[in-house]
Amino acid sequence: MSAATTAAAPGRAPAPPRRPRRRGPRPARVVLHVALTLVAAAFLLPVAWAVLTSLRPYEETARRGYVSVPDTLTLDNYRTALQDGQLLPFFLNTVVIVVPALVVTLALASMAAFVLSRFSFRLNLPLLLLFTAGNLLPPQVIITPLVSIFRDVPLPDVLSSSGALFDSYWGVGLVHVGFQVGFCVFVLSSYMRTLPVELTEAARVDGAGVWRQYASVVLPLCRAPLAALATLQFTWMYNDFFWALVLMVTGDKRPITSALDNLRAGFFTDNNLVAAGAVLIALPTVVVFVVLQKQLVGGLTVGATKG
Amino acid sequence: MTTTAPAPTGTPPREAGRRRRRGAAHLGRRDTAVLAAMLGVPLLLSLALVWGPALLSVALSFTRWNGVGELTDAVPVGLENYRQVVTNYPPFWPALQHNVVWLVVFLVLATPTGLLLAVLLDKELRGTRVYQSAIFLPVVLSLALVGFIWQLVYSRDQGLLNAVLGTDVDWVGDSSINLWAALLAASWRHVGYVMVLFLAGLKGVDPALKEAAALDGAGEVQVFRHVTLPSLAPTSVVVLVITVIEALRAFDLVYVLNRGRNGLELLSVLVTDNIIGEASRIGYGSAVATILLVVSLGVIVPYLVVVLRERRGAS
Amino acid sequence: MPTTPRHRHGRPGPSVPLARRTFLGGALGAGGLAALAGCGGGSSGDADAGGVTFGLNANAAIPTAGYDAVFRAFTEETGTAVTVNRLLYTEQVNNYLQSAPDDVLIWNAGYRMRFFAEQGLVGDLSEVWAEVGDGVADGVRQACTAADGQQYLVPFYTYPWVVYYRPSLFAENGWEVPTTLDELESLGSAMQGRGVTPFAFADQEGWEAMGTFDALNMRVNGYDFHLSLLDGAESWTDPRVRETFRVWEQLLPLHQTGALGRTWQDAAASVQRGESAMLLMGSFVLDQFEGPDRDDLDFFVYPEVEAEHGQDAVDAPVDGFMMVADPDNRDGSLELLRYLGTGAAQGVYAQTDANTVGTAADVDTAAYSPLQQKFVEVLASTPNLAQYLDRDTRPDFAAPAVIPALQAFIEDPSGVEAVLEQVQQQAEATFVD
Repeated sequence: MSAATTAAAPGRAPAPPRRPRRRGPRPARVVLHVALTLVAAAFLLPVAWAVLTSLRPYEETARRGYVSVPDTLTLDNYRTALQDGQLLPFFLNTVVIVVPALVVTLALASMAAFVLSRFSFRLNLPLLLLFTAGNLLPPQVIITPLVSIFRDVPLPDVLSSSGALFDSYWGVGLVHVGFQVGFCVFVLSSYMRTLPVELTEAARVDGAGVWRQYASVVLPLCRAPLAALATLQFTWMYNDFFWALVLMVTGDKRPITSALDNLRAGFFTDNNLVAAGAVLIALPTVVVFVVLQKQLVGGLTVGATKG
Repeated sequence: MTTTAPAPTGTPPREAGRRRRRGAAHLGRRDTAVLAAMLGVPLLLSLALVWGPALLSVALSFTRWNGVGELTDAVPVGLENYRQVVTNYPPFWPALQHNVVWLVVFLVLATPTGLLLAVLLDKELRGTRVYQSAIFLPVVLSLALVGFIWQLVYSRDQGLLNAVLGTDVDWVGDSSINLWAALLAASWRHVGYVMVLFLAGLKGVDPALKEAAALDGAGEVQVFRHVTLPSLAPTSVVVLVITVIEALRAFDLVYVLNRGRNGLELLSVLVTDNIIGEASRIGYGSAVATILLVVSLGVIVPYLVVVLRERRGAS
Repeated sequence: MPTTPRHRHGRPGPSVPLARRTFLGGALGAGGLAALAGCGGGSSGDADAGGVTFGLNANAAIPTAGYDAVFRAFTEETGTAVTVNRLLYTEQVNNYLQSAPDDVLIWNAGYRMRFFAEQGLVGDLSEVWAEVGDGVADGVRQACTAADGQQYLVPFYTYPWVVYYRPSLFAENGWEVPTTLDELESLGSAMQGRGVTPFAFADQEGWEAMGTFDALNMRVNGYDFHLSLLDGAESWTDPRVRETFRVWEQLLPLHQTGALGRTWQDAAASVQRGESAMLLMGSFVLDQFEGPDRDDLDFFVYPEVEAEHGQDAVDAPVDGFMMVADPDNRDGSLELLRYLGTGAAQGVYAQTDANTVGTAADVDTAAYSPLQQKFVEVLASTPNLAQYLDRDTRPDFAAPAVIPALQAFIEDPSGVEAVLEQVQQQAEATFVD
């Protein structure tokens, strides 16, 4: 079966033979290309501007203004940002929070999706509704009680120096899981419904229990949507600003995106450093975008078109 | 010269072979337990981390509490917080208004721009991938970072915009324009998001129909109106919901720009201001959060019911 | 939430090693670092038996280095180790104090301390005061005292809010330091005539303009009115408040426009570049000036408006240390706090941070810079020392009500009547319990 993999859009029906195109560019096409080039350039401009600013020494821009022909291009701002701003530990915080959260989210979501898509019972629809709606709520709606609850949930000192879920990597990771699991259930259950029922039937006849049907039959067939979701969720979790801002007080525990705020206050004093910091922080998601664009777009659109 | 093309539904042809799902009736005890765990754990997490706190937010909105001690220390005050919020909390109405403006701009400007770009890029142009990538790039950046990057553009003394225009405008500090500045930055990201969604939707439009319409002599605009647009209906619903949700969720960008004050107030910021603070006003914050919750659910629930019903009908 | 920045240091200074470190007795330099890979410190775990954990609410180089030196000296003297955790609890202090706070933490005096004392989240430090409180200015003592008459904060330093200017610029234009409102206004006109903006002005974060309001309000209505207004005892719709804003409105043309989009660091930079001539700011602003720029800097106390009050009051916020209600190491904490209250400790800190003035009576002022010595004189000769708007009133009123009001006024002074009505309504809703 042609699994509606990433873009979940159904494959195009084979196009009917087209009338042969005239060779040579038509004026309309040229106009279109020029227009699109301008639009694309406009979209790239802020990022390009950040990159350019980050490569110029502060003294030069201060003297000649930011909009001037650069004399020198240097990586000094990056060095300063990494060393004095100590960005690396913040990146590490992100890894410590995001990687486990990502794995747990996908594991739990695939299980729930498996149950909801392969077995019928009366609560199917409401449960799916509950999962999916939860992911669409603004985070501010749930944050107040969450802080109180997290303050009161003890963690052994081994797991968190704060002795509670509040101000711990676990707490932020847990919120990511709770919040994102809904979206993943929605996407994965859509996908699993497209798998022929005979697959699990056959396994069942062979004596496979529910768990085996899930782990050995269904899961291996879900590689594509799992890859798409993993890419998308990585981007989302990496980009989270709010959860860690509110659920952490130890500045040095914050993931990189939330650390932006403290770095700016204490450290990023001129635009060149701000730009270098911005470029460094954007780098991981941009790399993911370049390397895994297909999965990323797939992850975004898979939930949007019904499989 | 209208084409009377039946609007395709945009859903893929379903697999042949009826997919019956088994009821859970004739499962062994062990299997039932496994199933319960597989569904139960994620469900509990979702309830404990999302729905429980959401309901508690509603409950807290009827109390007065400074955030010290336990949740049970909150003193019931009935509707007092709501009364205070709407009558005696100056940022509330501006925040609501800004959220509405945010939504309108997204709906009227950003979303149609995304649609237009998707339609243009759906043509088989050479280099379309490059254009798509450039426009999509901002989508992978966090909104906090978007705020950070646009500061370099908007900065009054060191920014690109004033230098190029030769002006001395305070793009972020002037409350009569900073909302528009923030919206431009937010739209920069939203347009790419919408474009990608519509591109996926456009792939579902049957080229044969467009071809047929074109042979009938319909112009591009007419083909778009009568063939393409109807096929995009399901995608449009999704885009609409995502747009509304994004507008309600807006927070990071304004928080980074100026803490969401002085012209950039949003409901999400008011909630945050009242709950993280030396002397939290939990009741106020929860009242605003509850308003936000009701508005959000008003959009989310009808949409999901329709989508999930359809799905169920299809199986 | 606003906060006068305890330390927001501009240019990055020497790079600071990772947050969590322990000063072992006799450790020299930055030795004895126990940086836990990637982990900022948390709190409850006492890193060393008998050690004290300390919450440092700053991430900039100068204060970090300053406290490092102080704790090293303390450890050498007592053998008690101090583990520093760099936190950002300004806005989250409520949650921080209720999760697993450090034994001792930096905080501000006045209402910002009182609220937590009343909630029972921090410990009574009267016994420490009994030992280190001799000769401490009365205003400082009041600022560290809660409603129950006990002290909950051991003061460390203060940073007066005065008007900074560059003597060279004044000299080359023949300008004189103004002492009255009239002199200030004619000086302002003269400056504008030379194309210089009289006052650099920033209010992007919202707390900065409180300094201007305080200065004018105390000059127009006096220190007692300042206190009772912020206590909720006077109304914001009182004609006296209106008068403060009238004077401010009259002076607004002398201030930089676009304040709401400008950081205080940028305001300082405009003085440094000679685009603006004066800046009313806390002494932490000195950080923004280095080398020759710093040598070319002086200050004066805000000019008199009403003769009856003269120049008898100044904002001089006090920062110091609180102990949590239930510290892991009470004896060690009290020992550390006793040390921090001494002139010796404050002298050690001043070697790194030359922008503040120690609060102890026996600080060795001989080691102070000329500006610091002048601060000491001003503090000694000013009868009334205020804490600053956001510490002389309830925190749940200062930020949500006053910040937007001042910003609205700066943007459109003509709407001040309606703005003050709103502030008063919020005051009435806030000052109920």
